[in-house]
Amino acid sequence: MAESSPRAGKIAATPWRRRLDRWLPKVSLVPSGLASLIFVYGFIAWTIWLSLTNSTLLPTNNFAGLRQYKVLFQLDIWWVSVANLAIFGILYVAICLAIGLFLAIMLDQKIRAEGWLRTIYLYPLALSLVVTGVVWKWLLNPSLGLQHFVQSLGWTGFSFDWLINPHMAIYTVVIAAVWQASGFVTALFLAGLRGIDSSIIKAAQIDGASLPRVYLSIIIPSLRPVFFSAIILLVSLAIKSFDLVIALTNGGPGYSTWLPAIFMYDFGFNRGQIGLGAAAATLMMAAVALAMLPMLIAELKERRDGRSH
Amino acid sequence: MAGPTEDGIQRGGPIARLLIYGVLVLAALYFLMPLYVMLITSFKTLPQISHGNLFSLPAPFSTGAWSSAWSNACTGSDCTGLHRYFWNSVAFTVPAVAFSTLFGAINGYVLTKWRFRGSELVFGLLLGGTFVPFQMFLLPMARVLGLIGLDNSLAGLTLVHTVYGIAFTTLFCRNYYVTIPDELVKAARIDGAGFIATFRHVILPISTPILMVCVIWQFTQIWNDFLFGVVFTSGSEHPITVALNNLVNTSSTGVKRYNVDMAGAIITALPTLVVYIVAGRYFMRGLTAGAVKG
Repeated sequence: MAESSPRAGKIAATPWRRRLDRWLPKVSLVPSGLASLIFVYGFIAWTIWLSLTNSTLLPTNNFAGLRQYKVLFQLDIWWVSVANLAIFGILYVAICLAIGLFLAIMLDQKIRAEGWLRTIYLYPLALSLVVTGVVWKWLLNPSLGLQHFVQSLGWTGFSFDWLINPHMAIYTVVIAAVWQASGFVTALFLAGLRGIDSSIIKAAQIDGASLPRVYLSIIIPSLRPVFFSAIILLVSLAIKSFDLVIALTNGGPGYSTWLPAIFMYDFGFNRGQIGLGAAAATLMMAAVALAMLPMLIAELKERRDGRSH
Repeated sequence: MAGPTEDGIQRGGPIARLLIYGVLVLAALYFLMPLYVMLITSFKTLPQISHGNLFSLPAPFSTGAWSSAWSNACTGSDCTGLHRYFWNSVAFTVPAVAFSTLFGAINGYVLTKWRFRGSELVFGLLLGGTFVPFQMFLLPMARVLGLIGLDNSLAGLTLVHTVYGIAFTTLFCRNYYVTIPDELVKAARIDGAGFIATFRHVILPISTPILMVCVIWQFTQIWNDFLFGVVFTSGSEHPITVALNNLVNTSSTGVKRYNVDMAGAIITALPTLVVYIVAGRYFMRGLTAGAVKG
């Protein structure tokens, strides 16, 4: 505001329309900027603050230092949630990448019905994760679902009861989540493959390289940026996973499929442990930030390099 | 027999081609299988489900599960089906999509064509919000909604979805408007058009593709949301995703009615599925735009 005062006379001399045009753009950004300051940054600060208080059923402002985090780290159920996130996250990302890359390479072989296939591969992403959870809960139902179907074909000893097995239930979450997202990863890789200059491939083939060899040593390495963004995206999706688990297993059997997002919801809203819920949310944000870090560094590097040219 | 195709790249022979098609069709069946099972199960009767097999067609077709899911299935203690919750979801999704798209378009316009000192900072602020897990906002938002009297209301959900959608729509629109030559806007200004007139007569007419991306992205996100719905509403104000989960976990007479569950799941999925089928092109564009930065 100070910078405009020397020019105040000049502004007053311009017609009101010009003056309006000077202010309208700023004014129209105000609601969004303000909303972001309050509802994003203000709330982040508020949640971090709550995690440092002894809030239980109601939020209080009694500073308690890191007590909530200490309590959190002594809770078995928190470590079950973290371990589940590690299992789920690693398998989810790895399998999605493998299926996505494989299908994208297959689709990139001048396939006739490519558009149709792509549409089919991608539709699960349009569905609510609750719907995905409900469907897979039905398919994985031991007494009437896939297990029952295979047994009815004659393999009476066939067993696929992961949904009700506390040691295996977390893998059913992987199965459903991979089904939902692998078509999307396929589309990302396909877009990456289409961006590769085909003359490089031709040149390599003229030099005598076989097609699998070309893929392994030229094409896949050049997809590095796609791997990068797909991994970041999948990791942050995994950390935020909530709906799917609620619909598929509701955290069970017992606590065997709890994830940090479920811990946060249950402690913050059902058990009246607001401080613990806030601490869990804060750690989730820290985890997402950690996953984002490589991208941010790469972005900054790129910008610095871009400027030096 | 291996031979170069029209692009000059050496590919496999007919057997390899057959194998590739086989793999791709199998993959398609894998993706379609749950949808198929969902559909046929929703048209079966309960005896057909317990005596038949998972993949057999319903014989005869029965629409009882559908009418039950829509009008009298129990979602918790309330047994009026999903229809009320379906309209709840419509009631907050439509305005939230409209508001967040409108704000996104205006923000994108300002951030590219009317830059001022500090406008990049606002963009940075908005962008930063796209990375934060929503769990960070739940406890304060529950408190604020209570304070302003919007707790457990569709208006509250509209507000929440608008606020947290703006960052994405702003990102989409900004990245689109950046590609529009500034000369277009300058010419309009020389002709005497101001901030609003330029937006209405120059920018809006060429914005259809990006507005489609915003609307489809927001519609899918908001309709499919479960977290905000389950935290900020209860009982009769639930969105359909929460009601579906309640329906599946309620067995009124002790008998699980899987056919009703499946009909409910399709009812929940139908709006976004239709949007995807009709406008899949824009859907994909929003996804990749969101994937690169969000």
